[in-house]
Amino acid sequence: MFDIAPTFRPVTTETPVARWVLTGLAVAGIAVLVAAPLIAVFAEALAKGIGAAVASLGNRDALSAIKLTLLIAAISVPLNAAFGIAAAWFITKFDFRGKAFLITLIDLPFSVSPVVAGLCIVLMFGANSLAGGWLVAQGYPIVFALPGIVIATMFVTFPFVARELIPVMIEQGRAEEEAALTLGASGWRVFWTVTLPNIRWALLYGVLLCNARAMGEFGAVAVVSGKIRGQTATMPITIEMLYNEYLSVAAFSMAAVLTLLALVTLLLKTALEVRHADALAANHRH
Amino acid sequence: MRIEIDEISKQFGVTAALHPVSLAIPSGALVALLGPSGSGKTTLLRILGGLEFPTSGRVLFDGQDATGLTVQDRRAGFVFQSYALFRHMTVFDNIAYGLAARPRASRPPKAEITRRVTKLLELIQLPDIGSRFPSQLSGGQRQRVALARALAIEPRMLLLDEPFGALDAKVRKELRQGLRDIHDETGLTTVFVTHDQEEAMELADLVVVMSMGRIEQIGKPQDIRARPASAFVQSFISA
Repeated sequence: MFDIAPTFRPVTTETPVARWVLTGLAVAGIAVLVAAPLIAVFAEALAKGIGAAVASLGNRDALSAIKLTLLIAAISVPLNAAFGIAAAWFITKFDFRGKAFLITLIDLPFSVSPVVAGLCIVLMFGANSLAGGWLVAQGYPIVFALPGIVIATMFVTFPFVARELIPVMIEQGRAEEEAALTLGASGWRVFWTVTLPNIRWALLYGVLLCNARAMGEFGAVAVVSGKIRGQTATMPITIEMLYNEYLSVAAFSMAAVLTLLALVTLLLKTALEVRHADALAANHRH
Repeated sequence: MRIEIDEISKQFGVTAALHPVSLAIPSGALVALLGPSGSGKTTLLRILGGLEFPTSGRVLFDGQDATGLTVQDRRAGFVFQSYALFRHMTVFDNIAYGLAARPRASRPPKAEITRRVTKLLELIQLPDIGSRFPSQLSGGQRQRVALARALAIEPRMLLLDEPFGALDAKVRKELRQGLRDIHDETGLTTVFVTHDQEEAMELADLVVVMSMGRIEQIGKPQDIRARPASAFVQSFISA
């Protein structure tokens, strides 16, 4: 055993200098592109003290924006999780013609500009459209109201869950589901006891990404919301409006809150990963 | 249970996986479906288990038409090629799955489930592994757990897809005997798929040689050896 030891070589063959340069580049990139802007946001928010920052968040319009953003995420994320699971299930567990086309269709929101998506929704549901006109007459406007914002958000965030699930479900195959069926379980029971536990980590990632984007979406929401302060202005819209009015403490305070919401999501994900490291490893080892 | 396969065919799109084939399996037999890959043997097994439905023809269980019977209603104990154990469940929960999945009226009480799982673990000679996860088992142990899980539902027949395919030669020999013992003890009609002629000849009462979606020969191992019905059978069993 000992006499073969000297023949071992390090797996990487780069010189120490090259390694330091590469590591340095990576760290510098993260510092400049990620860390610095984050710090800048908080620095600007607190430029006139924490009191001014908190006060700017306390007014009616700011609170309304925060509430609206959380409400939109609370509606659109569970719906997209359900649709994403359904789509991934359908695509991976059944063979049918046009599968590739359906996958492309699921990806469509990634390739269409959110502004275009917003315009499409206005065209379909605006007061001048057939459906929209009727709904407005009934007292249920879609555009410039909550339903429009939810639809826009759901359109933009639709791919996240399905995209996370499809590769995992393809890799796992159908054998476990088939085994459960032969053991007498109904399709519904198979889903809850076999499929869902097997995809829970991918599902969690998908939901977290979907949530982050749902809270941060700007373009599509800007078009369909009408940007009515205190009514249809979400957090990103409010940040833009405040910034355009040179209310930089208020704008950056709101931006800091939005950033914190995103950081909480990330922390949650990391905490879950640490806590369930064994289960994760077991899932991949198999 | 007696199984009859009456002129079963299966098309996948334009390709025919099975040309009309017929086969009668007597109750309590241990049957091997033997053939190279692409011979249609796994398709036939999956049709028996209700995981695949034939394009034409009928399946009869004890003379009753079972062609349209759902996979759940067939009560076929199925052992999959890579065992398909539920990776997030313990061995105990894997074996208990079929019992716990029964509708409330026919579901045994918890204590009874525990008793039966314990008995099955003894039957496969792995009494102490109930709390382990599939990823912590060897290939041979996984195969036996898959067998116990299939037996737990008190199946009417046992269907096994390449049950020894993923194992090394020594374990394979042991488990062959294990399957023979379990078959003799339970008296279940058992059908297994294999591409290994030695395995089929050694283990089965009745060997069905298949090629290109057709049955080439049906017979006892010694008869097939003595009188191969076609050039294909001749070359396949001497390989």
